[in-house]
Amino acid sequence: MASIREQFEVSGKMKTWSMGLMGVGILAFIIGFITKGLSSDEHQQAIFWATLLYNSIFFLLICNASMFFICVTTLAHGGWQVTFRRVPEAISAVVPIFGLIAIFILFFIVFGLNHGDHNLIYHWRIPGNDQVILNKTGFLNPPFFVIWTLLSIGLWSYLGMRMRKLSQESDEATMNPEQGSKWILKNTVVASLFTVWFGLTVGSTTPWLWLMSIDTHWYSTMYSWYTFASSFVSGMALIALFIIYLKNRGYLEYTNDEHLHDIGKFMFAFSIFWTYLWFSQYMLIWYSNQPEETTYFQPRTNNGVWKGVYYLNLVINFICPLLILMTKNSKRNYTVMAFMAVLIIFGHWMDFNQMVMASVSRDHVTLSWLDFGIAALFVGMMIFFVGKALAKVPLIAKNHPFLKESIIHHT
Amino acid sequence: MALKRYVVGCFDDEEVLFPAVKKVRNAGYKIQDVYTPFPVHGLDHALGMRETSLHTAGFIYGITGTTTALAGMGYVFTQDWPMNIGGKPNFPLPALIPITFELTVLFAAVGMVMTFCYLCQLAPFVRKHHFHPRATDDLFVMAIECTERTNVEDLKGFLQSAGAIEVDYQVAESGWWFGRYDIQPKLYAEENPVIG
Repeated sequence: MASIREQFEVSGKMKTWSMGLMGVGILAFIIGFITKGLSSDEHQQAIFWATLLYNSIFFLLICNASMFFICVTTLAHGGWQVTFRRVPEAISAVVPIFGLIAIFILFFIVFGLNHGDHNLIYHWRIPGNDQVILNKTGFLNPPFFVIWTLLSIGLWSYLGMRMRKLSQESDEATMNPEQGSKWILKNTVVASLFTVWFGLTVGSTTPWLWLMSIDTHWYSTMYSWYTFASSFVSGMALIALFIIYLKNRGYLEYTNDEHLHDIGKFMFAFSIFWTYLWFSQYMLIWYSNQPEETTYFQPRTNNGVWKGVYYLNLVINFICPLLILMTKNSKRNYTVMAFMAVLIIFGHWMDFNQMVMASVSRDHVTLSWLDFGIAALFVGMMIFFVGKALAKVPLIAKNHPFLKESIIHHT
Repeated sequence: MALKRYVVGCFDDEEVLFPAVKKVRNAGYKIQDVYTPFPVHGLDHALGMRETSLHTAGFIYGITGTTTALAGMGYVFTQDWPMNIGGKPNFPLPALIPITFELTVLFAAVGMVMTFCYLCQLAPFVRKHHFHPRATDDLFVMAIECTERTNVEDLKGFLQSAGAIEVDYQVAESGWWFGRYDIQPKLYAEENPVIG
């Protein structure tokens, strides 16, 4: 244990990159705010805020997926993830920060974008006499939106913090088997609370509330699962990226091909799972062909302008992972894994883009410098804060009872 | 139908087995296989076996299934008997995907099982030679193939020094399985002195 590099130090290059990306992002934000946010054209304003909306939610959810990963592996009494457990922990430490940003953006859209008789993005905000929307106001109303949003992000942050605290407490002293099993039990309790809350939010209500309600008339019960699959697979890709970065810098000595292989399996499997949901949602609506259901797909398929983005999405998020990540060797190859991780994150970012923007702007594709600029802002922040969180605590949970199991892990 | 001679060593501990495998391979003996009651992680690697190509076969079977499903349904719905179902096109791709998926899985699964049986020479009514019955219970059984130059007694002693709790010499048939074990009882009677 003595010879390993336990403490991560943020390198100058990492700092420069994160600052640079944030700089580009802030520049894009300012230019976007002036040209679109302050524009007299309501449509441009809607595009600006919707871009902020999907970016903040996407990056919030993929960081939160890290904590979900820790919690489900804890609940399953999995041991293989322990050598690199501090990486998803550090990623999930960003949740409160991104959560605050998302809260600000969501509340601004709900309360600040009401123009006379309509809201620019959430049409349910001012329903008028639209009977379809009036029927939904039990769920889609500002008080519930505010309470549920605060509760969701608050509890993700709080329970995530509890998990991280428990993990850090274990560094203080070695545990005998009895203390170890007690500590695991404590972990299990917090992890199960988080998992249940995660299921009630990301797994069901929150994506309906934040994203699906943009198409207020439309609904799909599959939507939340779809969002969850999207965010979880990119969350796994994000963990893989950070692990590969740390390995390349000479950290995480005990994490090796075997662990990367298992993360690769997650990326592969959940790409397929995402496609399964993509298809299930699409096919049922295509088959029954009900006008109130097909509205969602009109801008996205057939003659819709978003067709290109929509199907490119399927290629990036399904066909590429399916063919490239299928073999054992590619999941153990750092270059292939890094490439695929970037591709998957990009693909699902584009998926979120299409989910939100195709509803806000049905007649033309808005993928432009603003999207990439805002994404750069979030990526920069993520690198910055994750780096900080990584440097705060030792990279290896050296007293974790399952550490040995993880070191000798073999797939 | 070649008859082959084997020296068989039985181990009762994984921690003895791995160094023994290494020693035997270093000494230049050819390990035919190690039979274990349960999958042992890393044993294939220790034995220096090449990676199986079963999954490549599985991929090919899968693609065959996909092609069969799409081609079959495509032919039926566009050429053989076009029907108007709910105003959908004659080749309604989304509606065909579930069946295509199922056939892909079916072809891959059945194909891989059959390939696996073929590679392991398993089939109904084929009696396989068991080097030691306790390989299905609690022993790791290592079968080493003897060549003309192998000194059987030396090899036995070597295995014992490597930690084998039971060592014996057996003659068994190798090669393809059609009719392979017809003469087996005679063989056992004449040439299989059991030691240990």
